[in-house]
Amino acid sequence: MKNTEAQPKKVSLRLNPLSMHVNPDLFVPASEEEKQELVVIRAGTSLWKDAMRRFRKNKFAMVALALIIILILFAFVGPLLSQYDYDQFNPGQEDQAPNWTHPFGTDRFGRDLLVRNMYGARISLSIGIIAAALTLVIGSLYGSISGFVGGRTDNIMMRVIDVIYSLPDLLVVILLSATLKEPLEKMLESSVAFSGISELGPAFFSMLIVFALMYWGTMARIVRGEVLRIKEQEYVLAARALGANSGRIIRKHVLPNCIGPIIVTTTLQIPSAIFTESFLSFIGLGISAPLASLGSMVTDALQGVYSYPTRVVFPSVIIALIILAFNTVGDALRDVLDPRMKK
Amino acid sequence: MLKYGLKRIFAAILAVIILITATFFLMHMVPGSPFLSERMTEKVKANLEKKYGLDKPLTTQYLIYVENLLQGDMGTSLQKKGRSVTGIIEEKFPYSAKLGVFAILLAISVGIPLGALAAIKHEKLIDRLVMLFTTIFISVPGFVFGTLLLVIFCAILKIAPATWTDSPANYVLPVISLSFYPICYITKLTRSSMLETLGQDYIKTAHAKGLSSFAVHFKHALKNSAIPVISYVGPLTAFLITGTFAVEKLFSVPGLGRFFVDSVSNRDYPVIMGTTIFLGCIMVLMNLLVDFVYGMVDPRIKLR
Repeated sequence: MKNTEAQPKKVSLRLNPLSMHVNPDLFVPASEEEKQELVVIRAGTSLWKDAMRRFRKNKFAMVALALIIILILFAFVGPLLSQYDYDQFNPGQEDQAPNWTHPFGTDRFGRDLLVRNMYGARISLSIGIIAAALTLVIGSLYGSISGFVGGRTDNIMMRVIDVIYSLPDLLVVILLSATLKEPLEKMLESSVAFSGISELGPAFFSMLIVFALMYWGTMARIVRGEVLRIKEQEYVLAARALGANSGRIIRKHVLPNCIGPIIVTTTLQIPSAIFTESFLSFIGLGISAPLASLGSMVTDALQGVYSYPTRVVFPSVIIALIILAFNTVGDALRDVLDPRMKK
Repeated sequence: MLKYGLKRIFAAILAVIILITATFFLMHMVPGSPFLSERMTEKVKANLEKKYGLDKPLTTQYLIYVENLLQGDMGTSLQKKGRSVTGIIEEKFPYSAKLGVFAILLAISVGIPLGALAAIKHEKLIDRLVMLFTTIFISVPGFVFGTLLLVIFCAILKIAPATWTDSPANYVLPVISLSFYPICYITKLTRSSMLETLGQDYIKTAHAKGLSSFAVHFKHALKNSAIPVISYVGPLTAFLITGTFAVEKLFSVPGLGRFFVDSVSNRDYPVIMGTTIFLGCIMVLMNLLVDFVYGMVDPRIKLR
């Protein structure tokens, strides 16, 4: 930053310093150049620029972000580059250890495990991202209505969340995904409208429904808290005094100020959904054959774990990497966007 | 205090009622019958449904179920014929409970000292290492960690028992994989709470009056830092119960968790409902207990 108290350099010392005689040089209008020197050089930064700058400084977060990009490429571009398909049996190539034609080996049907891992990662990532988007929409709508309306409505809406919270969530998730599977299966088979997506199987959608039903509470609570807090801020009062209507206040003051926590919560929702998906698939209630999910691949490989340990290792490590990468980025975003949330 | 306590108890009872009702109706919403897999004539099927009361209207079935439940009768298993659900829970639950209790003990006895050590050596190498490892490993799901343990110790090194013989050696790997996540979590929790405590004035006073740093750290600081850990015991119980679903399957433990998962895929209604209600009650009860203990241990926390 420039020194704003620029010294008047042109003061002539020829005069007696004690003399009351005024030096006219001091009163010459400043030149353009001198004016420029007084301007603070640093450009103003917005919240986002500042956040990005601090985010980039976090080495762990940058590595994790790179990892996420690699994993997304692995999951969505990878299968296109391979000559095998995830459900393609390759007779004569069963039970191979990792080698040059099949880098991750093959399973007992001769299916290429690299491609299956890629598909598994694709399903896990898709479920994670869609589930996070669903909780984002449901949670923030619910939370902002509750916070903005306030009063008795707010009270009742929050009690509903309390009840959902007091239920043991994974037990309910297991029950729901077990019960939703069959009705959805019928629906997908019977309706032509779903023919394009029916190959994803009923488990994929039942899991999304489960997430949409069970996991929006956290988001709703956070958004409600933010809305309540912001509503009482002085700048909102000032805006109101200046004649701004509710719409403008929501758009200009409430939303921009609670976007940070919303982004952070959404990012952290992704790994938690991926965890639940792989857990459900692992215990046999999620994605099942012929589709590949990382969790169900671990289960399938467990049968032959003593002969082919690598089959278990690849999907396990990929699950751990996905969750780790998203958690790290989420934590870094929280540090950057919402320091108050930091414990 | 009394008002708060009653409110909490009321909420807990409400949660249990909702759980029972939701479980019942969800289970009966599923199309298909539990006898679907067996080959039988329509007549035999109708008789079986009559025997188990499946032919009555749903609400009547519900009322009968709740009435029996209040008398401690959860019905009989449809798959394991003639076995009462209560009997199955009695037989299977001890294995899961043992795993859970050992896992809690391990998590607390490793997590708290490790977190305290990291806080005392704040910003030193040991703190950095502890933080690095807990941050990385907190993202590894328990069943993934268990799978890797299984691969390393059973498949490659072959030093762990491969089959279940109910020996103490059988409990080692399941307990470690169950307590793995809680260890990381408790370590982080203790560290951050201990760091906060170490900045308090009474710690300075203790140092100033010449107490040894051991006495300051362990008598004054640790005692107060361990309080947040108590609040984690509620979620921890829920975590361990669901954790057993995967871990018991992984290490072929004949516990309730594995049995529950199997009965969900077999659609054994009475077992699913009985187990859900049983496990759900444990979780709700633990949360309630934790709330009360927390209020007692730390009087600053006013029970609202």
